[in-house]
Formats: sequence, C-alpha cells, structure tokens
Amino acid sequence: MLETTIRSKMAQKDILLMTHIVIGYPDLETSFELVRTMVEAGVDLMELQIPFSEPMADGPVILKANQDALAAGITVDQCFDFAEKIAAAFDIPFLFMTYYNILFKYGLETFAERMAGCGLCGAIVPDLPPEEADEYLAAMNAHDMAPIFIYAPNTTEARMRQIAEHGKGFIYCMARKGVTGLQTDFSEQLGSHLAHCRASTQLPLALGFGVKNRADVEFIKRKADIAVVGSQAIRILDEKGVPAVGEFIRGLR
Amino acid sequence: MDKRGYFSGFGGCFIPEILTETFEELVRAYEAAKADPGFWQEYVEVMSTYSCRPTPLTFAENLTNHFGGARIYIKREDLNHTGAHKANNVMGQGLLVKRMGKNRVIAETGAGQHGVATATMAARMGFECTIYMGEEDVERQRPNVFWMERLGATVVPVRDGSRTLKDAINEAFRDWVSNMDTTHYVLGTACGPHPFPEMVTWFQSIIGIEARKQILEREGRLPLRAYACVGGGSNAMGLFSGFLDDPVELVGVEAGGKGLDSGLHAARLSSKDASVGVAQGYKTYFLQDHDGQMRDTHSISAGLDYVGVSPILAHLQTIGRARFEAATDAEVLDAVTLTMRKEGLIPALESSHAFAQAFKEAPTLSKDDIVIINQSGRGDKDIFTVADAFDDPAWKEFIKHKAEQYHA
Repeated sequence: MLETTIRSKMAQKDILLMTHIVIGYPDLETSFELVRTMVEAGVDLMELQIPFSEPMADGPVILKANQDALAAGITVDQCFDFAEKIAAAFDIPFLFMTYYNILFKYGLETFAERMAGCGLCGAIVPDLPPEEADEYLAAMNAHDMAPIFIYAPNTTEARMRQIAEHGKGFIYCMARKGVTGLQTDFSEQLGSHLAHCRASTQLPLALGFGVKNRADVEFIKRKADIAVVGSQAIRILDEKGVPAVGEFIRGLR
Repeated sequence: MDKRGYFSGFGGCFIPEILTETFEELVRAYEAAKADPGFWQEYVEVMSTYSCRPTPLTFAENLTNHFGGARIYIKREDLNHTGAHKANNVMGQGLLVKRMGKNRVIAETGAGQHGVATATMAARMGFECTIYMGEEDVERQRPNVFWMERLGATVVPVRDGSRTLKDAINEAFRDWVSNMDTTHYVLGTACGPHPFPEMVTWFQSIIGIEARKQILEREGRLPLRAYACVGGGSNAMGLFSGFLDDPVELVGVEAGGKGLDSGLHAARLSSKDASVGVAQGYKTYFLQDHDGQMRDTHSISAGLDYVGVSPILAHLQTIGRARFEAATDAEVLDAVTLTMRKEGLIPALESSHAFAQAFKEAPTLSKDDIVIINQSGRGDKDIFTVADAFDDPAWKEFIKHKAEQYHA
C-alpha cells in the first residue's frame, strides 16, 4: 500500500521528495536515464506523466514537454511498457499522472489492471473531480491502486473532508492557483492553508506547484510531508542535461 | 457530490479542483437568472436595443424558385450587432457577470466572431477583456483581430497544439484557473463543463423562439426541416430549441472539409471518425486517435474547425431527434456563391454549410414544404478566405498595391 510505504519513509526523513517526468520527453532513453538519476539522487516517489494533447492544468514547461513527446510518437502502450521497466528496476513508488481521457479511452478497468501489473502504486488525474470518478474509483480500488486527489487553495474544509474519503496514499495540495511551473509565494498564508489541509485528512500531504529550490523545500518541512518538484526539473533538463538534474535534486534538502 | 449536466450520458463537469468553487458560483448565478423572469426580460430588452432582435426571417423567393422544391426561409442572425448569433450568448453572459460582480472577461475565439462580440460586450459593460485565438485563426481572420484590439481587448495568439479553437480554449482555461476571483470565462459555444452547454443553449434559444413565432405568423404552419451549421453547436442549439416539441426535422451540418473519406474534416457526428471521450471539461464525440489524443481538424471555416461538439447535440442524435450531415469546402463555396447571386445575402462560410445541405435537399421536397436555414453570421469577415478560394485577380492586385503603400 502506497500510504504505508510513504509513512515508513516519513519515519526516516523530515521531508520526502516527489519528482515528475513526462514519459518520452525528450525521448524514452533520456526518460529512463532521468528516472535513474532522480532515484540515485534520493527521490522518494515519482509521477510519470502520460502525455496528452490537451493538458489543461499544465503550464508552459510541461505543456511543451507533452507536445514534444507526442510529436515524437509516444503511445499509451509505450508508456505502460516504460513504467513496467522502471518499476522493476527501481525500488521507489511510481505513480501515473495524466488526464482522464487517456484512462477513459483505454478502459478504466483495463487501465487499472495493467497499472497493477506494471508495479505502479497509484494515479493523479487532475481533470477528474470525485463527482465524476465513480467508475475510476471502483477500478482503482479493485486493483489496490491509490487514487490521489487534489486540494486547491480555495477548497473548503467541508469539501476537503469529502475528497479525503475517496483519496488513498496521500493528498496533493496545490500551493497556489493557476497552472504548473509558475512563481509561487511561499508565505504564511500558504502555511495556514496547509494547516487546514492537515486538519481535514489523516492522509499524508504533498505540496506542489512552483516548488523549485532548497528554501521552498525547507518551508514545506513540518507543514506537509512530501515536496513535489515538477517543471523546475524539466527546465534544468532542458538547459543543462540529465546529470544536472541529479545535482539539483541532491541540493534540495 | 452529485453528477450534473448530463444528456444521454454526454456532458458532465470534468474540471480541475481549483475551479470547483467558481463553477458552483456560476451554476448558482445561472439558476437564479433562469428562475427570475426579470432577467430574461432584461436580456430581451438589451438584445432589442443594443443588437437587432428580433432578427428577421427572410423568405428566399429566388432560391425557392431556383430549386423548385420547398419554400426556403432564412433566419437572419447575421443582422445581430457584430454580425453573428454570438452576440446573443455574449450579452447574456455579460449580464450574469454583472450579477456575479466580476470585472474581467476572457474568451476563446475561432472565426473571431465570438471574440469580437465579447470585446464589444466588455467595452459596453466596462469589463477588462482578454481573447485567446489560435495562431492559425489569427492568420485566417486578421480583420477580426484588428477590431478586437480597437475595442480595447488584448488578443493573445495561441501557438500550442494545432493552433486553432481547441488550443485557444485550453489557454483560456489556464488563464481562468489563475484569475477566477475577478474573471469570468465567456465560453462561446454550447460545449465545455456544465453549466455551459445548457446555459449557452438558453441564451441562444432566442433564435428558435423567434423563428417559430415568425414562421407561424408568415405561413400559419411549421417548417418541415430546420438547418443549422454545427461547430461547437450553439447556433444549432439556438434554432433547434424553438422546435424541439414540434414535428420538425432538425438537421445539423458539420464541416466536411475535403470530404469525409479524406480525414481532413471536422465532422464529429456525421462521420465514423469520432469516438466518445472526455476533454475540455466534458464528455462527447471527439475526433481523436486510439489513445485519446485529439486529432487535427480541417475546415475552410475557422468557426467549425473544432474537435468536439455540444453534448446536447450528441444527445439529440442518440435519441434520434436530430440528423447530422456534412458539407465539403467546395459545396460550401458553391452555396455561398449561389446565395449571393440569387438573394444578395452574404452568409458566413460557417453558416454556408447549412445552406449547402438545405440546397441538396430542397429540390426533393414538395412546393408545400417549408424549410428554415439559420444564417448564423455574415460573410464579410471571410473576404480573405473567399477571395483566395476564388483566386480573385482584382483582389490580389489590390492587396499587392496596399502592401506597396505600406512599404513606401
């Protein structure tokens, strides 16, 4: 179970790190090397994004990575094969992140079954609110895959509690409004938002959207359990290549 | 946590968590407006003093005689302010924005008509305005970009994806998730997450309500068929709304592009190329591949060049209440030419799809039958596209001359 794994890691570290890659960006070989480098740099868990042509919740960096991966011909089948390969090679929990249409077209039951077969632990689907998630939840639960739900900065506490009833593994908290990869103000206000999140669920909390350096990760310690680094790692990959991503991750805590 | 906005399993509300509160607020404002007779009254008042409602229903005598079949009537949405049915939806949503107390509006636009309509509404109601438009459409519809900017809107060319309407919608959503406290997204068609399909249909239903009354006044009976082009589907939903409970056949006409077998089209309901999916916040038929990646679409008309279609139209097809056909680019150019020559009307290339299909069917109908075509917009905006399609030599000379003047 994902939550058990996370809790045992939490017992050893004051903050966990979750990173994000877009499968097939810039190509499958580089994606594999990137995962290896991130794992060796001590990452605790990782989101593997299946590219989608309409990534509505993603900002410019991840949007471009989605488009480039698709232009290079990546398919959902290849993403599953890739996930299977890395889940066998590296001993940390891996999650799929993608948009609902990818699961819907594949068939929710088949998708969850194949995720389990590949050794994945769960999924983050940002355009699937719990209201629309009955079939998804049934499929994920049937295969012990954790459905990760999201708390937004404007989610009411009452709604947080409702969402928490459906979520497993952890809750993904957005540090701010907007899309991924833009500037975030790590302020007192964010701290009090996280306190509300904490009060509404027993699940561990991850914080993402705009986390990009050691100071941000330091801020998150004790307020949340997992710091999520997405766009910034892709920026470094683009500018300086795979080894620089390893250095970047080691420098985060 | 209830599911809302479903029509035969199409529709729904697939939105990121950050927009949940915004949609709650919008649904509340929409439902309150719908329950308040004063709101509709105010809407009709605005549309009859700021736009040109009721728009006329024109008897096309020459086209009727030309085809020798059904009596052809044309609902003149081109006579709205800004030249298309888009004004109906935009002014309606503008009144809602006032009620919600927001001060900024954003919109996507394909042909530019919805963008121009939104920019006029924003100017009149005192809202800030940003319009997202695919780069390819900026190219195709430059005059509309000019007007939006002159009206005070910021036009953002979208360079992602296929650089057309769907990409403009994604970008508008990206703006909205950052600015929803001050901003309303004026979605331009009967698509997207609930309540948009239903709400846009409600505002556009003014077309069908008027058309039904007008044809009864004029002919004393209902039409046999009603034709409308279908991009997202708002003008079709508008016309169809007036006849849903009548024995009137509803015909939606999609962009057949270079032909349904060519793969270069935007026919979701009338071709076998589309399948059910979930994107841009709602479930409907999309032109997508096996994996669920959206495909590039093609149409001579920017306004019909879209991957999805109104979930309510998908529903009307499912229950057998509406029929969907496609008209090719070539058929559309023939239809617009004939309409200009016979009636002195210049329908938009989008609307001309409805004309093309009606022209195929009119000769097969009896002289006692009546059909109504929705002229959803006027064609002047298409001057560059149409001039290119006809390879008009005098126009090309004019453009060259104009360009030389700018160089001087």
